[in-house]
Amino acid sequence: MSDDIHARFRVDRRDFSLDVDLQLPGRGVTALFGHSGSGKTTALRAMAGLERAPGGYFAVGDEVWQDESRSLFVPPHQRSLGVVFQEASLFPHLSVRKNMEFGQKRAATVAFGVSLPEMAELLGIAHLLDRSPGQLSGGERQRVAIARALLAAPKILLMDEPLAALDFKRKQEILPYLERLHRELAIPVVYVSHAPDEVARLADHLVLLDEGRVVASGALNEVLSRIDLPAAFADDAGVVIEACVAAHEADNLSRLEFPGGAIYVTRCHAEVGSWLRCRIHARDVSLALVPQVQTSILNCVAAVVVDLAPTDTPGHVLVRLDVAGEPLLARITQRSANKLDIRPGLALRAQIKAVALLA
Amino acid sequence: MESAAYSADLAAVWLTLKLATVVTLLLLVIGTPIAWWLARTRSIFKGAVGAVVALPLVLPPTVIGFYLLVVMGPHGPLGQLTKSLGLGLLPFTFPGLVIASVFYSLPFVVQPIQNAFEAIGERPLEVAATLRASPWDAFWSVAVPLAKPGFLSGSILGFAHTVGEFGIVLMIGGNIPDKTRVVSVQIYDHVEALEYAQAHWLAGGMVLFSFAVLLALYTFNPARRKTP
Repeated sequence: MSDDIHARFRVDRRDFSLDVDLQLPGRGVTALFGHSGSGKTTALRAMAGLERAPGGYFAVGDEVWQDESRSLFVPPHQRSLGVVFQEASLFPHLSVRKNMEFGQKRAATVAFGVSLPEMAELLGIAHLLDRSPGQLSGGERQRVAIARALLAAPKILLMDEPLAALDFKRKQEILPYLERLHRELAIPVVYVSHAPDEVARLADHLVLLDEGRVVASGALNEVLSRIDLPAAFADDAGVVIEACVAAHEADNLSRLEFPGGAIYVTRCHAEVGSWLRCRIHARDVSLALVPQVQTSILNCVAAVVVDLAPTDTPGHVLVRLDVAGEPLLARITQRSANKLDIRPGLALRAQIKAVALLA
Repeated sequence: MESAAYSADLAAVWLTLKLATVVTLLLLVIGTPIAWWLARTRSIFKGAVGAVVALPLVLPPTVIGFYLLVVMGPHGPLGQLTKSLGLGLLPFTFPGLVIASVFYSLPFVVQPIQNAFEAIGERPLEVAATLRASPWDAFWSVAVPLAKPGFLSGSILGFAHTVGEFGIVLMIGGNIPDKTRVVSVQIYDHVEALEYAQAHWLAGGMVLFSFAVLLALYTFNPARRKTP
């Protein structure tokens, strides 16, 4: 597709090397996930043109910003991109409004047909426009930085751990705005993170990096449900499912429906008919060969075993299941796997002990 | 007799202020690119250039004055140049004094500005670049405003240091009324002539002036703002 992103970088330093060749979708949020030192930030800086990777290639849609095979390197200020850094890095000598105007008045086009007041409204900072950056909280500063980047009419938004410097409360304050941008923006976002919960919540596409190499790249659940990568998420292994709120029931439970069946969660605030992301950890899924009647576990779905593999936890295996086409992971003991004779093709019941709502 | 002496003093004060103003403005123009280069370069020449800029801090003014005299004199390269351009020779003229003072006060302007540029760091300039600002644009719209305290300190120190110089003025400028006779030289003359009362007026004025300058520097120079 012509609106795809193609990034190929090789960076060799004494203590670090990066060698990636990525083909990313031109829509939605791509998370670059990895531990510190995995090269995710270097890859992002190379995309922005803040670092020049020798032999690199970077194109967003039809715009080629780096192609060293013909010595092409467009400097960062001539690339239509937006960058949000870990620290908001607002200009301290300018008011919030002037910060937001900085990129807007230098951009060649109007950002998404959105004016500055509308953008401020979208990010909930309309009441802060005349303040100076020093008077804002960390979460507010980061929202201003996002609005400032978007007003410069980028064709791609690059975010380098935008929430990492914030405490839990500030993160919760920003995440809904990021989800809103995710829904309302037509541009692709590359989101660097080492926090599994952010990735599960925001990403559509996931790239796993380790020591400067791409370990896996694909649609979110496709990568999350791979059982050959247990080290990447360790105890956080699990899948994300998109479910529709079907009903709020009288006993303070909400029924969510997804292709594999219905699951019950503590009553949520979302409207009936709206879609939610939920995360199901492998450690919260247990398996039974026959439907259990005398159990306190409400959520039980029919599943077929796809394959299984050992995990990093001694004595445990990861089982990949197919639930009406949706992947699900279960982490069980090797002993249970042997006792129940878990093998590919076996039909059984997956009991889900906990579901984390991500919105 | 009395009023003539006072008008000579006033002429010296006026000349001193004129010299310091011209030198400070020139130093801002010359010193800013040097400070920018020193703050951001990874060149192997950074140490050498920094050392040359800092030389006037340690050398006696007479040494700088002596070499400038040689260079600007009739057999020196600069002297040959100014002669061939029909400008005559620079020693014992106001422009000669300006050139000497620029050398002498250079570190007092370059170092505060360089420190201020270094304190800004890489990030605000990277942010400016990702917001479509060219390096030239980012220099004026981000680096200079953020380095304002450094420019303020550099200007005040450069001005005050030029006002206070003596040795180099004697070497290059001599003691020509209305041309090169600045306050510090005038005070010297008064003391030589045992005119202590007049020396007091000027010397006391210098003390008050210097105190006021340093007070302003320490009081109004805003504490370095943190980059949010």
